Amino acid sequence: MGKTKTEKSGFSFSAILRNQLFIPIAALLLLALFNLIMDPSFYAIRLGENADGFKVLSGNLISILDMGSELAILAIGMTLVTAATGGQDISVGATIAIAGSVILRVVCGGEQSVTEYKAPIIVALIIAIVVSMIFGAFNGMLVAIFNIQPMVATLILFTAGRSIAAWINNNTLPVVNVKSFGVFGNYIPGFPIPTPFIIAMICVLLIFLVLRFTTIGLYTQAVGINENSSRLNGINPIFIKFLTFVILGICVAVAALIKVSRISTINYSVVAKDIEMDAILAVALGGNALSGGKFNMTASIIGAYVIQFLTTTLYKFKVQSDALPAYKAVVVILLVVLSAPVVREKLTQLGAKMKANKKEVS
Amino acid sequence: MKKKFLGVALSVAMVASLLAGCGSSSDDSAATEAPATDATEAPAADGADATDAPAADEGNAASGDLIKVGIINNDPNESGYRTANVEDLKAKFTEANGYQASFAYSLKNEEQIASAQKMIQDGVDYLLLSAADTSGWDGVLKDAKDNGTKVILFDRTIDADESLYEASIVSDMNKEGETAVNWLADQKLDEYKIIHIQGVMGSAAQKGRSKALDDKVAAESTWSIVAQQTAEWNADKAQQIVQSVIDSKEKFNVIYAENDDMAKGAVAALDKANISHGVGKDVIVMGYDCNKWALEELLNQNWNYDGQCNPFQAQYIDEVIKKLEAGETIEEKTIVMDEKGFDATTITQDDVDTYGI
Repeated sequence: MGKTKTEKSGFSFSAILRNQLFIPIAALLLLALFNLIMDPSFYAIRLGENADGFKVLSGNLISILDMGSELAILAIGMTLVTAATGGQDISVGATIAIAGSVILRVVCGGEQSVTEYKAPIIVALIIAIVVSMIFGAFNGMLVAIFNIQPMVATLILFTAGRSIAAWINNNTLPVVNVKSFGVFGNYIPGFPIPTPFIIAMICVLLIFLVLRFTTIGLYTQAVGINENSSRLNGINPIFIKFLTFVILGICVAVAALIKVSRISTINYSVVAKDIEMDAILAVALGGNALSGGKFNMTASIIGAYVIQFLTTTLYKFKVQSDALPAYKAVVVILLVVLSAPVVREKLTQLGAKMKANKKEVS
Repeated sequence: MKKKFLGVALSVAMVASLLAGCGSSSDDSAATEAPATDATEAPAADGADATDAPAADEGNAASGDLIKVGIINNDPNESGYRTANVEDLKAKFTEANGYQASFAYSLKNEEQIASAQKMIQDGVDYLLLSAADTSGWDGVLKDAKDNGTKVILFDRTIDADESLYEASIVSDMNKEGETAVNWLADQKLDEYKIIHIQGVMGSAAQKGRSKALDDKVAAESTWSIVAQQTAEWNADKAQQIVQSVIDSKEKFNVIYAENDDMAKGAVAALDKANISHGVGKDVIVMGYDCNKWALEELLNQNWNYDGQCNPFQAQYIDEVIKKLEAGETIEEKTIVMDEKGFDATTITQDDVDTYGI
C-alpha cells in the first residue's frame, strides 16, 4: 500500500525504494531515529585511554562497529552460500569453535596456559584457515555433490562441531597470557579504532575486489537462479557451490581469530553460540532472497551491522538479553513469510490490481 | 515490489520489537526470578552442547576382591567442570585403590540408562550416577536394587524415591551464592552498585547464585543493581553487557558474574575503558567455578573473589563406599560438599594448584 503511494510521488523516490539497499538502510535509520529520540547521548563518542595507556575511541557506535565485525565477516560468506545453493550453513558457530580451538592449539602448543607463543600467530591463522576450508569443503561436498539440503548437510557439523573443537585441545581450555594476542579482538597499540572493525573492512574490501575482478559473483547468481541453464552455459554448478562453502570457511576462520583474541581463551560450548542465526538474518535483512539467486553483498554487510545495532540498543535499554533472540525471530518470521511464494504471488496480484485501478481513475 | 514491501514490513517489525522491549524493561526492573522458578533441576554447569560420546567400558574381568563400580557420567566435553570431574573420578577409582571401574559417558538420558542396565547385568557392586536428566530412572534403579547393586548419585539429583539410592553427593548452589554475597558484604563498601551477569536462566547454578544476591539487594538500601542480564555463560555477551553500561556512563563498583568466563568478558570491557579492577581498585570482580586461570587472576590481584563449584566428588563417594562396605548405614542421604570461596588477598599458589580446574 505505502509503496504504491510513494511510487506516484516521483520517479527518483521510487528508484530509491526499489534499490535493495533500501531495506537495511531504512532499518538502520529507524533504529538510529529511535535512539535519537529516546536518548541522544547514545551517540556520544569519546577518545579515552584504555588500560594499556593508549588512546582509543569508545561509545555505543564504536561498540556496534566493534562487536558487529564477526557477523559482518560471516555475512560475506553466508551471502555467497545462500545465493549459490538457496540454503544456509547453520554450522558456522560450531566451526568457529573448531577454528578457534585450532588457533589456540597451535599458539599454545597443547599446553593449558602459556606466557609466550609456541608458534607465530600467522601460522596459527593459516592452519585455522586451512582447517575451516576443509570443513567448509565437507559441507560443500555434501551439498554440491550429494545434493543434500544445505541446512540438513550442515546440521552434521552443527551438532558435532563443538565436540570436535573440544577434542582438538583434549578438553582443556587453553589461555594465552600474551598481551599481543589480544590485538585482533581489541586495539592495535596506538591506533584508536577497534581492530575487529579494521579486519572486517579488509575482508569487505577483498570480497569487493574479488567480485569486481572475477566472474564468481555472476556465476554464483547464475547457479542460484537456474542450475541447469547455467550448466548448459558452461558453468560448473558443483564447483561454484563447493567454492562458496570454502569461502565461508575462510570467513569463519577470520571470525574465530577475533573471537578467541577478544578474551584470549575459548569455551567450546558457548563461543559464537547462535551466530549462525544472526548471519542468516543479516543476509535476509539485506533483502537477499533466502531461496538463492541474485544477491547484494553491501546490503548483507549493512544488515549485519543493523543486527548489532539492534543488539546494542536492546542492551542499552536493559531489555532482558535472553529475550533478544525473540526479537530477532520476529524479524526472521516476517522476512520469511513475506518472501514465501504464496505471499509474493498475492502481493504481486495486489500490486497489479492497484495499478489497474489507478489507470482507470486517471 | 517485494523488496519495498519487505522493507516496510521489516522496519515496522524492528520498531515494534524495540518499543515492546522498552515497555517490558521498564516495568519488571527488579524481578528476575519469574522464568527460573518453574524450571526443574537443570544442567548444573555450562550449557550442554556437546554430543554424546560412545559408552566406553573398560575391562570386565573379575579379579580378586576389587570392588566393582560402574560410573555413568556426562560427556567430559561439556565443560571445564566436567573434565575436572571425570579426571577426579578416574584418578580415584583405580585398581591401586581397590576398585575395578567401568565408565560410560553420555549427555543423553536414554543412553545413560542403557549403559546402566548393562552395568547392572555385569554385576557391578556400585553404580555411580550423574544423570543427564532428572526423570526416567525409577525402573533402572529398581533393577539395581533387585540385583543387589547399590546406587550412589553424584553432582546431580534425580526425581526418584530416596530408598532407591544410598547417597547423593551434590553442590549447594544456594550456599555458593550466600558465601559469595557474604564475602561481598564483608568488603564494607559505602555503596554497592552491581552489574549482575547471570548464567543460562533456569539452570541450578544460575538460580542459586542469583538468589543470594537478589535477596541481599532487596534487603539492603545501599545495594543496587545497575544492570542484571543473562550472558548465558558466554564471555562475549558479558563483555557487551558491561560495555553497554560503560557506554551509557553509569557508575558501578561491583561485577558479579556467575562464572569465570563471563567475569573474564566483563574484565575485557573494563580494560578497554581503563577502569581499574581488582584488590584496592575501582571495581570488584567476582567469578565462579575456580578455573585455574581465574584463580591466577586472583593471585595477581586482578580479580577479587572466585567461588568454587566443587567437581571433586570422588573422595566423598569413596568414603560412602568404605562406610557401606564396613556395614555402616548412611543416615543423611544428601551429602553437600564443602565449597570454598577464594579471596584475592588470601589466596596462595597452593590453592591455585589444588583447587584450580
